[in-house]
Amino acid sequence: MPARASGRLAAGVRAGVPYGVAGTLLGLSFGVLARPVMGPAATIITSVVVFAGSAQFAALAVLSAGGGAAAAIVAGLLLNLRFLAMGIAIAPSLPHGALGRALRGQALVDASWALANRGDGSFDIDLLLGSTLAQYPCWVLGTVIGVLAGGAIGNPDSLGLDAIFPAFFLGLLVAELRRSRAGMVAVAGAAIALALTPVAPAGVPIIAAALAVLVPGRLRRRAPVAAVTPAARSSPDQRR
Amino acid sequence: MTATVWITVGGLCLVTAVIKALGPLLFGGRQLPSLIGRVIPRLAPALLAALVITETFGGHGRSLVIDARAGGLVAAAVAIAARAPLAVVVLCAAAVTALLRALG
Repeated sequence: MPARASGRLAAGVRAGVPYGVAGTLLGLSFGVLARPVMGPAATIITSVVVFAGSAQFAALAVLSAGGGAAAAIVAGLLLNLRFLAMGIAIAPSLPHGALGRALRGQALVDASWALANRGDGSFDIDLLLGSTLAQYPCWVLGTVIGVLAGGAIGNPDSLGLDAIFPAFFLGLLVAELRRSRAGMVAVAGAAIALALTPVAPAGVPIIAAALAVLVPGRLRRRAPVAAVTPAARSSPDQRR
Repeated sequence: MTATVWITVGGLCLVTAVIKALGPLLFGGRQLPSLIGRVIPRLAPALLAALVITETFGGHGRSLVIDARAGGLVAAAVAIAARAPLAVVVLCAAAVTALLRALG
């Protein structure tokens, strides 16, 4: 691997650590909530092989309500559809062969995608990979802890664990807005989701919120995230 | 129940992998039309804002509810405004939500 790419990868790992720490708590809440419904083994394996928090929670909600596998999978699929849009967004930044592109697509998670967004339509793929590399073990570890501790916790709602997920997304959103000043787009996305939540199946309001990108107005970006690391700041050519 | 759970795990794994691979496979290595290129940077705020809403106010089934999670979200917003690390932000949200439930 070229030195420049490995430097970006390391920068991604560093940038991903705070999200990983928060992700541990997210994984913990999934472990606690899923264990009574799915059993300990299936709960942990879900986090290992799926690694998509919102989809896992959506599928879990269906199973908890007594729904079948098909309904649970569709719920997860709907929440994951945003990765289709994110995948299309990073595609031009992937100069690799088909298999290489498909494999790198597996690293798509919300925080990494937002971090790697340079704001000019291109993405820092090595930063994305590094950030996901930092978050994946945290997500799995958190789930394992949640499964092990779940029995002692009792009713997880009493710990407010279900508030962790929206707080995490709010943190990602504000970090994004501090960079892009896309406040009107965020407001429009929130309004669409709010209007559709009472009438559409889970997942659909999120996909429909993508229409908020059509809100008029220019997107002004201050500094790409990629530039926050000292290494990138001292040698801007590393960002290409 | 066991079969249902494992079919769900396998199905979720498959659809997630396919969805994440699809964009890079179909659009890889070439420039997107300029309109798409211009709206893509705006996807993140739109999708993240929607996720905040659905995760905070989404009830069981198709419903909108205001419960202790909303208080947790306010706490998270305060922590974010104070530039707290993300782990602290989510802990504040959980703590306030737990407190509201204990009081309520």
